[in-house]
Amino acid sequence: MSAIRTFVDLLAGRREAAALAPREWDGVISVARAEAMLATLAHRLEGADLPPTVAALFADQRAAAAVAQAQSLWEAEMARRALASERIEFVLLKGTAYAAAGLSCAEGRQIGDLDILVLVSDIGRAENELLEAGWEWVKSDPYDDAYYREHMHELPPLIHKARDRMIDVHHTILPRTHRVTPDPLIMMAESVETPTGFRVLSPPAMACHCAAHLLADGDLQGGLRNLWDFHRLVTDFLTDDTDFYLSLIEEASTHGLADVVKRALRLSHRLYDTPLKTYSWPLKLDYHREPSDDLFIRRLLARDDWGHATNFTLQQAFYIRSHWLRMPPLMLSRHLWTKWRKR
Amino acid sequence: MRHSTRIAVGPVQFRIGSDWRAPVAALDRLYASYPRDDARPADATVRLFAARPWRRWLRPSVEIGGDFTVPDALPLPLSMGLLAAEMGMNLQVALGWRRHLLLHASAVARDGRAVIMSGESGSGKSTLAALLGEDGWRLMGDEFTLIDPAGGDALAFPRAVSLKNAAIAEVAARVDAARLGPLLAGTPKGDIRHLIPRPDAIAAMHEPARPALLLFPRFGGEAAIEPMGEGEAFVRLTEASTNYVALGEAGFAALTRLVRATPAFGISYPDSATGLALVEQLFAEAVR
Repeated sequence: MSAIRTFVDLLAGRREAAALAPREWDGVISVARAEAMLATLAHRLEGADLPPTVAALFADQRAAAAVAQAQSLWEAEMARRALASERIEFVLLKGTAYAAAGLSCAEGRQIGDLDILVLVSDIGRAENELLEAGWEWVKSDPYDDAYYREHMHELPPLIHKARDRMIDVHHTILPRTHRVTPDPLIMMAESVETPTGFRVLSPPAMACHCAAHLLADGDLQGGLRNLWDFHRLVTDFLTDDTDFYLSLIEEASTHGLADVVKRALRLSHRLYDTPLKTYSWPLKLDYHREPSDDLFIRRLLARDDWGHATNFTLQQAFYIRSHWLRMPPLMLSRHLWTKWRKR
Repeated sequence: MRHSTRIAVGPVQFRIGSDWRAPVAALDRLYASYPRDDARPADATVRLFAARPWRRWLRPSVEIGGDFTVPDALPLPLSMGLLAAEMGMNLQVALGWRRHLLLHASAVARDGRAVIMSGESGSGKSTLAALLGEDGWRLMGDEFTLIDPAGGDALAFPRAVSLKNAAIAEVAARVDAARLGPLLAGTPKGDIRHLIPRPDAIAAMHEPARPALLLFPRFGGEAAIEPMGEGEAFVRLTEASTNYVALGEAGFAALTRLVRATPAFGISYPDSATGLALVEQLFAEAVR
């Protein structure tokens, strides 16, 4: 069995860690590292029967992830302080939000940049406050800068000069030019407060954003991790509300994300055994397999036993798809032309 | 991958895969005397590969990859495959290792006490360590020294020593030719030749040593010893550490303890003999 399959099976709990041959761990560890999920696996297998050196490596990963998570939450606190004087409200997104809300997908999760969502009417003030508090622009290219401001769902990335950490300030969750345009105002209005005093998206909106980030934005790089987030989010939320899928689909429909969310559910069921629940009333929800699901699965698992990405053609196809979704054809051709000339 | 081998250096088990036989054969020769446990899962994976399939034969050039990669790293010609492997292994440790505080420093030990030498490349820290390793000291490593955050001990990472330029002749004159790797001439880092550490250094690679002395050598100029304050040693070592920030509070605590408990000196020396004498003198004073 391929290392990436074994890795997914270990995460899903379909395979016992003790049943692995010692040499199978090589590939599992490499693949997990390549997917930025080694600490996630380490948490999942905490207490499992592991070879001693693997157990030691996993303990390192858990400890390092705890430090990294504390650093990420500190970064969120820094943003809060920077935005407090102007009373700019913001909602944490993605990894930092999961950590702030104490959700199970945060265990061992690698958190890169700090992602926040502010009202589009606040975006100028938010940028000024962050610049005053020591963040500065990363991109110096005028085309990229203008592109971000005109067409993207976020400001050009800012980096803090002293702490060297990036912040992405979003005003919506998908590019403005995307075929699907979720309503950030509803998401902001429905946001909830964590015990630590940060605001995060409501459970259905959070799962919708996670699915959108995975399937509607980008080329599925790092997709296994995003899908794992999705799996753990819906499983957590199902424990609190056995009919969570109803509110999830309702929320998704509001934002034009119903198909995206259903696909995320099907994929996460196939890879991670997410429990599915069908409904015929008050809305119809089933999970008939679409032929294209197989392509998504193949893309998600395109990695060899050395952690190296494989299936170049499929990667390219998903890369093109991501651009196709992201902007109308004429704009896409103009964009690619400009980018090509700047090479 | 087509060819692969496994190497254990200190606490790290490497798996190295290659599109070509030569780099793996060269590694196997260099690391033949190291303890080998093929059943042990690897902590770190290195890949030496051709960027395009035809580059395996046509002007073969070796890309360095693995669990961690540097995006704009330049490939090396196949004749320098051993250097590519070394760089790949260093990269995995520098970016991936979290169990210990990593110092970019060489180290030697005697009677369970370690001398840690940190400096930029060209400072002579590798050469000094290699020469001390031939002169009654246990070579702990020429590139990385690991500090245990729990107890403060130094741990060895005795990979094959990477001798550069003038150091090659100086060390070659003192050791059995069988302990030297092939000469890699004209690499981006100059001429390189690897030295296999003495068997006792390899046998002792899991034994910790208590830090006795922190040295910041500088090759060139008059012989001089400059005592260094805790603050300066601390700042210099944060710069010499690749995982200080990632370790957070544990890294801070480990480094603070190290600089508080260990006397630190900057040393300048015009030639190796003087450098060795300064190390001996300062060590004798430190452990007295």
